[in-house]
Amino acid sequence: MPNIVIDKEKCKACGICVSVCPKKLIDIGNLTNSSGSRYAIVNTKENACIGCALCAISCPDIAIKEVYK
Amino acid sequence: MLKEIKKENKLVFSRPKTIQENYDYPFCAGCGHGVVLRLIAEVIDELGIQGKTIAIASVGCSISMEKFYDLDIVGSSHGRAPCVATGVKRAKPDRIVFTYQGDGDAATIGMNETIHTACRGENITTICINNTNFGMTGGQASATSILGQITTTTKKGRDPKKNGYPVKIAEMVALCDGAVYVERTGIFNPQSIIKTKAAIKKAFLNQINGLGFSFVEVLCACPTGWKLSPVKSLEYIQNEISKVHKLGIIKDITNITE
Amino acid sequence: MTSKILMKGNKAIAQAAINAGLECYFGYPITPQNEIGEFMSDEMPKLGRTYISAESELAAVNMLIGAASTGTLSMTSSSSCAIALMQEAISAMATAEIPGVIISVMRAGPGLGNITPSQGDYFQATKGGGNGDYRTIVLAPSTINEAVELTYKTFYLAFKYRNPAMLLADGMLGQMMEPVELKPFDLKIPDSSEWEADGIGEGNNKRPFRKLVSLHMQGNDLILLNEKLQRKYGTIQENEVMYEKYMADDADILITAFGTVARVAKSAVEKARSLGIKAGLFRPITLWPFPSEELKDAAKGKKTILNIELNEGQMMLDAKAAIDGVCPIELLSRLGGAIVKEGEIIEKIKELSSKYTCLKVISDNPSKNESQDSSRGHIKC
Repeated sequence: MPNIVIDKEKCKACGICVSVCPKKLIDIGNLTNSSGSRYAIVNTKENACIGCALCAISCPDIAIKEVYK
Repeated sequence: MLKEIKKENKLVFSRPKTIQENYDYPFCAGCGHGVVLRLIAEVIDELGIQGKTIAIASVGCSISMEKFYDLDIVGSSHGRAPCVATGVKRAKPDRIVFTYQGDGDAATIGMNETIHTACRGENITTICINNTNFGMTGGQASATSILGQITTTTKKGRDPKKNGYPVKIAEMVALCDGAVYVERTGIFNPQSIIKTKAAIKKAFLNQINGLGFSFVEVLCACPTGWKLSPVKSLEYIQNEISKVHKLGIIKDITNITE
Repeated sequence: MTSKILMKGNKAIAQAAINAGLECYFGYPITPQNEIGEFMSDEMPKLGRTYISAESELAAVNMLIGAASTGTLSMTSSSSCAIALMQEAISAMATAEIPGVIISVMRAGPGLGNITPSQGDYFQATKGGGNGDYRTIVLAPSTINEAVELTYKTFYLAFKYRNPAMLLADGMLGQMMEPVELKPFDLKIPDSSEWEADGIGEGNNKRPFRKLVSLHMQGNDLILLNEKLQRKYGTIQENEVMYEKYMADDADILITAFGTVARVAKSAVEKARSLGIKAGLFRPITLWPFPSEELKDAAKGKKTILNIELNEGQMMLDAKAAIDGVCPIELLSRLGGAIVKEGEIIEKIKELSSKYTCLKVISDNPSKNESQDSSRGHIKC
């Protein structure tokens, strides 16, 4: 199944990926990384990710480091 | 727990080689610089020119580029990157030389250098990030700030009577006969990002083919400078900034010269 | 022995740079050094090398940074008020350790001043008009032949120490013509392959990236860099001082002067000697590194030093600091483009001679006294 790999240490919780995911699978979690920033998490339960990578190309920090289709 | 099922899947996105493994982006959350720097790295990877590319850093948030590119980098004083790039390119004509500047560097203090470099038709590439303010120094108005834009030096919004009118740097560069390709793109939604990458790639290809000066201006979000959320900043580009700094190809005489 | 050609100073300097292997020249017109740019505009394209008349001296010196960063012999030339436009970049070159060569042909200031010669930019050249603790290697020729040799040396030292280096001439030297022996370039430019930024390469000749930048925000990077630069400047001070002594050892009155003023002083020294006054000349050739130790030694036992400059007395401060009170120091200065003449120097020498050595010269004409030996032409006071 298509999926994305989030490098939580790079995420600054800007929320842009959340706004572009066509399937609304990404959200900003409540846990924080080592810099104290919350980070994006992806809902993989319904395997709804289509591997379009819009989140990855939009991420200002390359925190979404890999996308599989 | 994310099941590791990478085998059948095809990797469609990964970090570009030209960005160092242990990169550390110092940019604010939602900053457009982070995207454009990745796009440039992707283009350099795809064109296979990492070994002979020399990046010219400028001054502003853009200067952070020198911290995470796996490229030879020559720094420049504020506004003078096009001159340093000219010197590098004239000394080493077979290298690929590009400047990475902001609106402060290329359109405010360095406008003279940008224009003359374009008029000389230097065979280099300039990527100019326009977030219509001086980000690094805390969000003051720059030459490209739009009328009504609130900054730390135009608290009631830029007023032409007091602060003059915004500089349209791409249009000015396009007037220079030595400029062969001038486009203004933006980073405000996935489609605009894809367009930006295509523009950057074309600008580098022009240089590889020795066609002359290419200038890509990229409207980018500056949430901290604009006092907007990252997502709202993207809307500000689309709804406000791009009305003044209009998107699109302003000049392209590369196919004619081919 | 290469033959002598009658040549203008500016052209000789430009030809010397080309002989040294200059690949890139970036200039901008400004009197009194226009011939350098004009010469380059003809010669460099013929050799397939780069000539750009930039949009400003500010642009020209930044093009110099770019070209020199790739280990390429590069140069700009300008004068006084436009060398002022280059100061930020010279500081940046010193910081990023880039071997840029700058030719400065001084004109009278301050401000636009005029185009007559002067030495008013001694501070600008040696004390740095840019920001921070940095040094520019500064060489000051007093003849056109020496300007040729020192142009070679300027390139050599710039690359040897990866530091901006300046040839400091003045309008007289630039504009006058004299027979010049264009000796071939006899130095070897130190290798730059270890540091130049020319692309990280591919395959097995790929190397780690290099950065020639002057921003150092991390931790104590800038502290460490400053310490490294100061060590380098110490090495340059130790190894690269150049000066000339002329009839200095037994002199009572030691003149300190540089550049074309030193030429006038030399003939004044000879004339003074003929009048029985023991004058001598100490001429710094490297204005930085300044020959402090050597001047202090030379000053020992002197009645006084007479510092002659076409400025308010700028090198005077370095000379004063160097002699450290070993003997008095007097100033003869001309400003605003005025030039000091031999006769004026002789007058000053006589004045000092009576003030410091109690030897009153009773007659100017030595022939009247030839029956007596030259020293008896004076009355002991």
